[in-house]
Amino acid sequence: MKIEDFIENFAAQFDETDPEEFVADTVFKELDEWSSLTALSIIAMVDDEYDVIIKGNDILKSETIQDLFEIVQKKHK
Amino acid sequence: METNSYNPFSLAGKTILVTGASSGIGRTTAINCSRMGARVVVTARDQSRLQETIDEMAPVEGGHCQCLADLTCQEDVKRLLGELPPLDGAVLCAGNSVTLPLQFGTREKYDSMFEVNFFSPVELMRLMYKKKILNKGASVVLMASIGGTHSYMPGNGVYGASKAALNSVMKYAAREYAARKVRVNSVCPGMVDTPLIHRGVITDEQLAEDAKKYPLGRYGRPEDIANGVIYLLSDASSWLTGHDLVIDGGFSI
Repeated sequence: MKIEDFIENFAAQFDETDPEEFVADTVFKELDEWSSLTALSIIAMVDDEYDVIIKGNDILKSETIQDLFEIVQKKHK
Repeated sequence: METNSYNPFSLAGKTILVTGASSGIGRTTAINCSRMGARVVVTARDQSRLQETIDEMAPVEGGHCQCLADLTCQEDVKRLLGELPPLDGAVLCAGNSVTLPLQFGTREKYDSMFEVNFFSPVELMRLMYKKKILNKGASVVLMASIGGTHSYMPGNGVYGASKAALNSVMKYAAREYAARKVRVNSVCPGMVDTPLIHRGVITDEQLAEDAKKYPLGRYGRPEDIANGVIYLLSDASSWLTGHDLVIDGGFSI
């Protein structure tokens, strides 16, 4: 699992936000475009791409993309 | 007749099957049907959780029955049908939900959702009718959802499609089964506080926010739905068939 790929997959769930804005330290819930539907898309993307089930609370407690990446990495076999 | 004995909603003397009886709406429905006097046949997959339901049921002459079964498994369905007594009512609650945006709704996701929410109850209903396990005048209640009639929350399209399909079959069954005076209706609950919605994809904060969309100010409770089911099972609804009863705190107004 590479953080670069994760950021790219993460960014793909957004439509309006400039892809350049997505880096490991991005505080994603502060993005204008962030919504409950984006959260669902992130959960579904992680299931799809990494075969890992994360929960709404994992997103809730993650501040940056890096935080979420680490949660997914831990569960990734 | 004494005034206090008048109760068209009574289920006394009726034998009623409840699937998905180990949890949520199914559990409360089974318990409350017993309190209304019915003899209840409960089925679910998990023995210990099903036992918890049975422990809360009001006793009835002849006793209640239980049958462990996974309704997606043909063998189990066959065994269940062999064990079922003649029924005056059936409440098909066993179901599941999935929350994911449509762009992730692969055929696989639809298949697994339809297996549990559509094919299983439809097959069970078909066989109960065909094998005449359903008595003349029996009442079948299918557990649908406002997810099948409205896009009530983002990410519920796959789930909603399975419930919409169920509602459609309900209407055809109501028309055809009327030949034996068997009534078929569904209940379409809004969001009800059950283990089904607490699987963590949606956070508690999001749920609290969502509950504000309900004019009556809260999510449903299992008994709100069970009471509707009791009406549909009872003789009080003798002239009602093919109806989808929305119980949603005013959400869909």
